[in-house]
Amino acid sequence: MARDTLTGSRIRERRIIAGLRQADLARSADISASYLNLIEHNRRRIGGKLLLDIAAILDVEPSLLTEGAGATLIAALREAASDPRGKAAELDRVDEFAGRFPGWAALLAESRRRIATLERTVETLTDRMTHDPHLAASLHEMLSTVTAIRSAASILAEPGEIEPEWQHRFHRNIYEDSARLADTSRSLVNYLEAADDATSAASVPQEEVDAILEAEGHHIAVLETGAASPDEVARRLAAGSSGPARELLARALGRYAEDAALLPLAVLTEAVAQNGPDPAALMRRLGLDAALIMRRLASLPLTVLGDPVGLVICDASGTLIYRKPLADFAMPRFGAGCPIWPLYQALSRPMMLLGRHVTQPGPAQRVFATFAVAQPVGGGGLNREPLFQAHMLIVPQAGAEAVDPLPVGTTCRICSRTACEARREPSILGGT
Amino acid sequence: MQKHVLVIEDEPNIIEAISFILSRDGWSVRTHSNGVTAVETVLARKPDVVILDVMLPGKSGYDILRELRDLPETRDLPILMLTARGQTKDRELAERAGVSHFMTKPFSNAEVIEAVRALVAPVSDPP
Repeated sequence: MARDTLTGSRIRERRIIAGLRQADLARSADISASYLNLIEHNRRRIGGKLLLDIAAILDVEPSLLTEGAGATLIAALREAASDPRGKAAELDRVDEFAGRFPGWAALLAESRRRIATLERTVETLTDRMTHDPHLAASLHEMLSTVTAIRSAASILAEPGEIEPEWQHRFHRNIYEDSARLADTSRSLVNYLEAADDATSAASVPQEEVDAILEAEGHHIAVLETGAASPDEVARRLAAGSSGPARELLARALGRYAEDAALLPLAVLTEAVAQNGPDPAALMRRLGLDAALIMRRLASLPLTVLGDPVGLVICDASGTLIYRKPLADFAMPRFGAGCPIWPLYQALSRPMMLLGRHVTQPGPAQRVFATFAVAQPVGGGGLNREPLFQAHMLIVPQAGAEAVDPLPVGTTCRICSRTACEARREPSILGGT
Repeated sequence: MQKHVLVIEDEPNIIEAISFILSRDGWSVRTHSNGVTAVETVLARKPDVVILDVMLPGKSGYDILRELRDLPETRDLPILMLTARGQTKDRELAERAGVSHFMTKPFSNAEVIEAVRALVAPVSDPP
C-alpha cells in the first residue's frame, strides 16, 4: 500500500485527535459528510485546495496528512520515551510531533541515540576500571608508591631533628619510589595506548560498522569490480574507527567481495530486471543460495533496484549482526528484534526459504514482503554441529491489500501489541 | 604503658614510614608482610591496634579481617584498614567485615597517627 493512499486514514486520525465529528469537519470544509467518509476510507483521492483546507481546520501541516512521519523516526521517538524520564511525553501524539516538527523530532531522536552511546561509554569505562586486573594492579601500585613518597617526604619536611641515618633512608626511599612511580606511569600509559583509543572501549563496534555501511548505501563499487581489496577498503572507510570496528568491517567487506565474485553485478542486474527482487525466483534462475542472493540484493544501488530493500542478519543467538534499514520498517538499534519476525522462524527451519507478508504497527501500516532463510556458516566438520545465521530480506509492497500480512513489531518495549504471546517485557505504549 | 601496633602491609617503604612516625609518637611497632600467616601473627603478638592493608600476598585483608572477627580473642580488636580503593562498595565491604576504621591511600602521616590514637582512646563514661 503506497503512502499517498493513506491520506484519508491520516485525516480520520487527526480529526479524532482534534475531537471533531465527521459532520463537523465536513461542514467546515464545505463538503458533504458522505464525501468526507469516502475520503477517510481512502476511497476518494484528495489534494489541492480541499487538502489545504482540511489541514488548516485540523491545524496540521498538509505534508503530515499526505506523507505521515517515517516509521523509523516514530520508533526512535518511542524509544526515547521509553526512558523513565520520558513518562510525561505525549506518546499518543508522537506521529503529530514528528509530522509537524520533523527537524526537532530528528534532533530529539539523534540526541537520544547520542545519550545512549555516551551512557554505554561510561558503563564500559566503569567496567574496565572495575574488572581490568592489569589496570587495577597498576593503579594500586601507583597509589601505594605515592603513599610511601608522601609519607617519607612529610617526615623529612616536618620540623624537628631526624637522625642522619633515618634521613638518608627516607631520601633513598623517595628516590626509589619516584623511579618506581615513573616506571609504573609509563607502563600504564603504554598499556592504555595499546588498548586503543577511548572509542574502542566505549562504542559498540557493530554500530560503527552499521553507520559506515549506511553512509556508503551498502554498495561498494570498487569491490564489485575488484579494483580494491576488502582490506584496503576497510582501512579507508574505517579510518578513525575503533580497532574492533575495523576488524568487523574487514570481515563484512571480505564477504561482500566473495559474494560479488560469485554473483557479479551485471548478472544480478539482468536477473533483477527479469524477476524483480524475489529471492525465490532468483534462486531458481541463478542456481545460487538464498542468503547470498539476499546479501547481493541489499547491496544493489538504487539505480538498479528502483525501490530500496532492507536486510537483517542474525546469528544463532538472535542477535542482529547486520542491519540495512528501510524507511517505515523500524529495526531495534540494540539486541534482538521482534520474535515474530520470520527471521527467527527461519532459525528453527534451517535451509528452508520462508516468505511472508508482514506489517508493523503505526499509522502508515505499510505491508512488506519478507524472505527469510537460515543457512550454516563456517566449514563444519566431523561430529560438529553447524552454526547457523538467518537472513531476512524486506521488500516494500505496493497494492498489497489482497494479502493477509502478519502483524510484527520492532522490539517489545515500543510495541503496542500487548496481547502478543511473544512479548518478553512490558511496552511503554498503550495496547491494541 | 606503651601500646603495641602491628602493621600488616607488604610495601616496605610504607612499612618503614608508618613504623617511624608511630615509634616517634610513642608506640611500639611490629610489622608483618604475609597475608597467609597474618591471623596467627596477630594472635601471637596480641597488639592493641592492627593496621591492615587490603591487598596482601596470599590472602586479602578482607578475609583476614573476617577471620579475626570470628575469633573471640580478636573480636573487638581495633583494626585500621588501608586501601587504594576508596569506592563506597569497598568501604561497605570493610564495614560489613567488621573494620574499626577505613583509610584510603594516599593518606597523610597525621591522619594515621590520629586514627590510631582514636582507636585505643578510652571511651568516656556517660555523665
